[in-house]
Amino acid sequence: MSLYQGIFKRDMHIAFKQKAELVQPLMFLLMVVTLFPLGVSPSPDTLQRIGPGVIWIAAILSSLMAMERLFRDDFQDGSLEQYVLSGMALPAVSTVKVVAHWLVSFVPVLLLSPLLAMFLNLTFDMYVALLLTLILGTPLLSLIGAIAVGLTVGLQKGGVLLALLLIPVFIPLLIFATSAVDSAALQLPYYPQLAIIAAMLLLAAALAPFAIAYSLKVSQN
Amino acid sequence: MWKWLHPYAKTERAYQLCITLQPWLWVGAILCLSIGTVWGLAFAPQDYQQGDSFRIIYIHVPSAILSMSTYVAMAIAALVGMVWQWRTAYMTMIAMAPIGAALTFIALFTGAAWGKPMWGAWWVWDARLTSELILLFLYIGVIALYGAFEDKQQAGKAAGVMALVGVVNIPIIHYSVEWWNTLHQGATISKFDNPSIAPEMLWPLLINLLGFAFFIGAVTTIRLRNEIVLREQHRPWVQALAEQALLPHKTRER
Repeated sequence: MSLYQGIFKRDMHIAFKQKAELVQPLMFLLMVVTLFPLGVSPSPDTLQRIGPGVIWIAAILSSLMAMERLFRDDFQDGSLEQYVLSGMALPAVSTVKVVAHWLVSFVPVLLLSPLLAMFLNLTFDMYVALLLTLILGTPLLSLIGAIAVGLTVGLQKGGVLLALLLIPVFIPLLIFATSAVDSAALQLPYYPQLAIIAAMLLLAAALAPFAIAYSLKVSQN
Repeated sequence: MWKWLHPYAKTERAYQLCITLQPWLWVGAILCLSIGTVWGLAFAPQDYQQGDSFRIIYIHVPSAILSMSTYVAMAIAALVGMVWQWRTAYMTMIAMAPIGAALTFIALFTGAAWGKPMWGAWWVWDARLTSELILLFLYIGVIALYGAFEDKQQAGKAAGVMALVGVVNIPIIHYSVEWWNTLHQGATISKFDNPSIAPEMLWPLLINLLGFAFFIGAVTTIRLRNEIVLREQHRPWVQALAEQALLPHKTRER
């Protein structure tokens, strides 16, 4: 157990040493959201209409940038190989790494979300729904994304490929998350959508660690 | 019970199997496709609402159905490769990927060509259209991932993982898109207003469906043979095969 704690502490420690890498995806998120009022329309009604979708699309895009960091440094300095050879349960190691990555990459997104909601003129009810979908949905992004990151970590040019692999897989999450916020805007219950996102999260939490472990083994060849 | 299958893990046996199957698949494909297409396009009765334009279903529906089946077949091949460590299974998977992508494209293209006169628009964000488009993206992802690796053995495994992730997601995507569509748009234009199709229209469709399946099988065997020969260049049996193929040319040169 202490081994996994060690990995967790090490990952957190390294992440806070590389502050620029943590902040850049967040700034990207903020800037993408800023483009929509400029490009579509600054009228409050329009912004409220497109807001949930814009925030979620921007979150997915910025998560693709943040995701690359997940295994890259460990792959390059060889510690990933050591994890594979160490005899530790690789699914558990990858879960620990995904959790640490989620804490440093997505919790800041949650903290930034009130600002985004304000920019796009979301009502308070809509914001609550948005926050709930983000809390349930971003771990799902991390878990599924980690599979593709594990596969592409050994490639020189993984960036665009990662997006190609992941965007189609994230579509259901986008649909349910935005529809939950839309329901909240109409004062309708949005528990069904949240329940479905939670179900997808549980499914991913059960299966993804094994897929991540397998994909890391494939990358190590 | 699966023991009879295992010899085909060897590339040479798989290659021989392709050669044996290929003529039968071609005969089936040519026979079914010519009967089904001629019957469907020339002899099946006109639709009372759509006239002759309904005839595109004889291409559209088989390619749409089989584009999904091909993806599932790819995922099964990937699973077989993962469980039994068969290289030929990964080769089969990647042999099928571009075929499936092409079928998906055909389904989308024929759908658009039919949609223009019928719905008045090339593209509508209908649930079926959208999930077919996402299927195309999934195919592109698998092909792109396979292409990104230098080591094709590793590439096969990686693309296999992605194919399996995709196949878990296909039902979720399908239902989410259907649900999204019904939420956002009122009346959905359903493809078959009358669910029961006249038997004289249905038969050519079924024959064409079978013909498409044979055709996919035939093209898969060709692509699999190419893949095996390319990947196994260093093996003596492939070199012997190449010698044999080149022999007539060599003697002529002399």
